[in-house]
Amino acid sequence: MSVLLIAIFFSLLLTSRHAILANGFRFITGSEWDPVTNTFRSLAFVVGTLVTSLIALVIATILALALAILMGEYFKSGPFSAVMRTAVELLAGIPSVVYGFIGLFFFVPVVRAIEEPLGLPPFGVGVFTTALLLAFMILPYSASIAREMISLVPSDLKEASLSLGATRSETVWKVILPYARGGIMGGVLLSLGRALGETMAVTMVIGNANVLTFNVFAPGNTMASVIANEFSEASSDIYLSSLIEIGLLLFVISTLINIAGKVVVNRMATR
Amino acid sequence: MRLSRIALAALVLVAAAALGFGQSVELVGAGATFPAPFYSKVFDEYSKQMGVKVNYQAIGSGGGQTQLKNKTVDFGASDVVVTDENAKTFPASFVSIPMVEGSVTITYNLPGNPTLKLTSDIVADIFLGTIKRWNDPRISALNPDVKLPNTAMTVVHRSDGSGTTAVFSDYLSKVSADWKSKVGVGQSLNWPVGVGGKGNPGVAGLVKQLPGAVGYVELIYALQNKMPYATLKNKSGNWIVPSLASTSEAGMVKIPDDVTKVNLTDSEAANGYPISTFTWILVYKEQNYDNRPKDKVEAMMKLLWWMVHDGQQYAEPLAYAKLPAAVVAKAETILKSVTYGGTPVLK
Repeated sequence: MSVLLIAIFFSLLLTSRHAILANGFRFITGSEWDPVTNTFRSLAFVVGTLVTSLIALVIATILALALAILMGEYFKSGPFSAVMRTAVELLAGIPSVVYGFIGLFFFVPVVRAIEEPLGLPPFGVGVFTTALLLAFMILPYSASIAREMISLVPSDLKEASLSLGATRSETVWKVILPYARGGIMGGVLLSLGRALGETMAVTMVIGNANVLTFNVFAPGNTMASVIANEFSEASSDIYLSSLIEIGLLLFVISTLINIAGKVVVNRMATR
Repeated sequence: MRLSRIALAALVLVAAAALGFGQSVELVGAGATFPAPFYSKVFDEYSKQMGVKVNYQAIGSGGGQTQLKNKTVDFGASDVVVTDENAKTFPASFVSIPMVEGSVTITYNLPGNPTLKLTSDIVADIFLGTIKRWNDPRISALNPDVKLPNTAMTVVHRSDGSGTTAVFSDYLSKVSADWKSKVGVGQSLNWPVGVGGKGNPGVAGLVKQLPGAVGYVELIYALQNKMPYATLKNKSGNWIVPSLASTSEAGMVKIPDDVTKVNLTDSEAANGYPISTFTWILVYKEQNYDNRPKDKVEAMMKLLWWMVHDGQQYAEPLAYAKLPAAVVAKAETILKSVTYGGTPVLK
């Protein structure tokens, strides 16, 4: 596995060396993406990727926890539980492009209906819509794992807590969740990984504006999306090389976030 | 012993089937979305008449050029002639054959679908982001009988590398010094404002969905989606509605000896629509590369010859303009220059 990872890293490095040398360090600090003057800077995409993924993660984690507590503690078995569990797992099986269409035809009008009364330009597409869509895409991963972790909490801990006079919700918040913390974080990390690399669904709802923006209701772009859009037509050598350099950057950022996440999970698990 | 004989027999059968499989020729092409409706129609008609199937992938002009460069397709399609500098990176020399003429319209999403009159400097300023609202005084002055709402303008451009973008930006660079210095010409641009859609269909879809949106698409996309489009003022000072007639008019200019140098944007023609262009198919000049079978090459060249002659009848129903006679003559010369092993394929 690690040999494969190293091989991927080096092949990306090799094919983007032309751009690394030409763009230099400004590649990471600048935000201009101009194929006409051959000026390529990646900050707009890095920020776009991180902002959409993090907002999606927050939304998804809240939803996933709610689902997990419901299915892992309150409705452990029975028809309702089976239906919910299947539904959540099916969400994971929907292809990315289909999510893109759902986003385009369902989420975009909804977000536009929110933007108009707020006086914002009614794009509909943008960072917020993307984050919302991503949240639903990554929900199954964290929800399923969190549910497993919660149902694995030993029942004598729960019984002890209840017998000491705690209410059911107090047991959930103060006994079950802290116990399952490590595993839940692991599931959250897995879903963050998917959010960072998601391409097709993102490219359909993010608005493809290659500009740096922190405004969640404005269109933006992510690293995976710009590669998908511009790769097949990148005609000049430096253009292609710069797109591969973005791929390299995405690879590095994903790896770093995963490592950081593993450290956090370990800290939480071993108390 | 028995098993190996059966295996041998099976292998021979498969080999025979594979050899005999060369019955119907299949061609693969990729490129511009601009002429895709026209190409779809002619390829379909040709396969009905001659049995030659063509698989055309509309991935954008840049994609067409790259795929031809990589020799993954039999022909590439591009709205813009490949620049000399880019042509040098191709493994062999290739020719560009004009196929049909189309126009880029400015389409928008306003209540009541009004037909707006716009001058070139207004169009440039819209796409530069200088004009931000529909009820801007410059637009209302030109359109006194249209009730323009106070909606913000959402510019929609292409997110992929596009010949349509190249033609549009070429026009804007000619009519706006501001555009030329700030953005320039190219298949992919650093757009000052707006959202991106993939392909002509992507832009049409976004404009149709977003109220107050304005974008640029090939005429047929606006027509088939029943979207309104702007009347523009051309170089001669006439107000021209984009249509089959005005697109043809734009092509009635003096064709240079090297037909690939022809440029119809901001056309001199008195009644020509200012954002028109020919669209090209690119093939290698010497077709005997990578063991290409001769029958495939002949089928392709016959297809291309047919497209510039009989195939032209399918252009006008789709609002593309036929090639002017002078251009067809030049296309014939170019087609005859394509060789297989040194000898011209078409006599």
